[in-house]
Amino acid sequence: MESNQNVEIVVPAKQSFATEWASDQKAFKGVPWGKAMMWIFLVSDTFIFSIFLISYMTVRFSTKAEWPNPSEVFGLHVGDYNVPLLLIAIMTFILITSSGTMALAVKYGYEKNRKMCGYLMLATAIFGASFVGMQAFEWTKLIMEGVRPWENPFGAPQFGAIFFMITGFHGTHVTIGVIFLFIMTRKVFRGDFDTGRRGFFTSQKSHYEAIEIMGLYWHFVDLVWVFIFAFFYLW
Amino acid sequence: MAEGTQQHPLKIYFYVWTLLFVVSALSYWVDWYGFQSYTRWGLILFFMLLKAGFICAIFMHMWWERLPIIAAILAPCFAILVFVFIMWHESYWTLVIRKIYFAITGS
Repeated sequence: MESNQNVEIVVPAKQSFATEWASDQKAFKGVPWGKAMMWIFLVSDTFIFSIFLISYMTVRFSTKAEWPNPSEVFGLHVGDYNVPLLLIAIMTFILITSSGTMALAVKYGYEKNRKMCGYLMLATAIFGASFVGMQAFEWTKLIMEGVRPWENPFGAPQFGAIFFMITGFHGTHVTIGVIFLFIMTRKVFRGDFDTGRRGFFTSQKSHYEAIEIMGLYWHFVDLVWVFIFAFFYLW
Repeated sequence: MAEGTQQHPLKIYFYVWTLLFVVSALSYWVDWYGFQSYTRWGLILFFMLLKAGFICAIFMHMWWERLPIIAAILAPCFAILVFVFIMWHESYWTLVIRKIYFAITGS
């Protein structure tokens, strides 16, 4: 047996990583607890959406019937033309726009620019609300065409179940986000984050960190839509 | 490092914002142009990952976070890929069983 006297002990490239995770006090040093908890929630939410998308994959691969062509199912008639996925494309752009305004709201929040932060939050909320409105329109259109969770006129019967489940769950997330965006907008305009006014439920001092935490949630909703757009609408 | 504050130049947000618009337009174009099969799937996945990466890294500030929290967020996501792999095989198995059943029963 060879001597292992000369074996080098490999030091982790990022030593802070090892020491911080091995810390007996707390991990994620310097990260506000609210932000860490939001990230942990988002990881769990990632699992939920992944399970929906994985079940969609399983169903789509294992069905004997032809899967409906989303390009046609979600197409809209504009004049004499049938534009594929028009509404979905608009919804995608709206969500990206709202993500941009949210990112800027976070930036202005940390600069303690109350007005800019408030207006950008308001814009985000309105974009989000219009997204939900378009989704309601899309659902109505499909239901009128006879799409049900157990049958549809286009092909594989599982299509409806997957569609209502995935877009419905995402729409719920957007709706909750919009509600919270309006609440936070009010708090921003009232100056809660400048005066450190204590929260109604938590009695914690308000801080512009809350805007970033709100932003994390909102960007996540956009992130999920990126995956739904790719796998459900484009695939 | 994100030590409670996040201060970044305005430019980077507008840059990423524009980029997200362009990439979204490109992924819509994949459908518009009518690519099929592996070209289509490859392009969809590529644009999807590009968008997701930019949203996560810049808009969600992950690029400036500490490594321990980045690892805590991203590491569990590999479990999802394993699950995808398992169910991908499972679905083909189900399809084969179904085809055999329908062939025998004639339905």
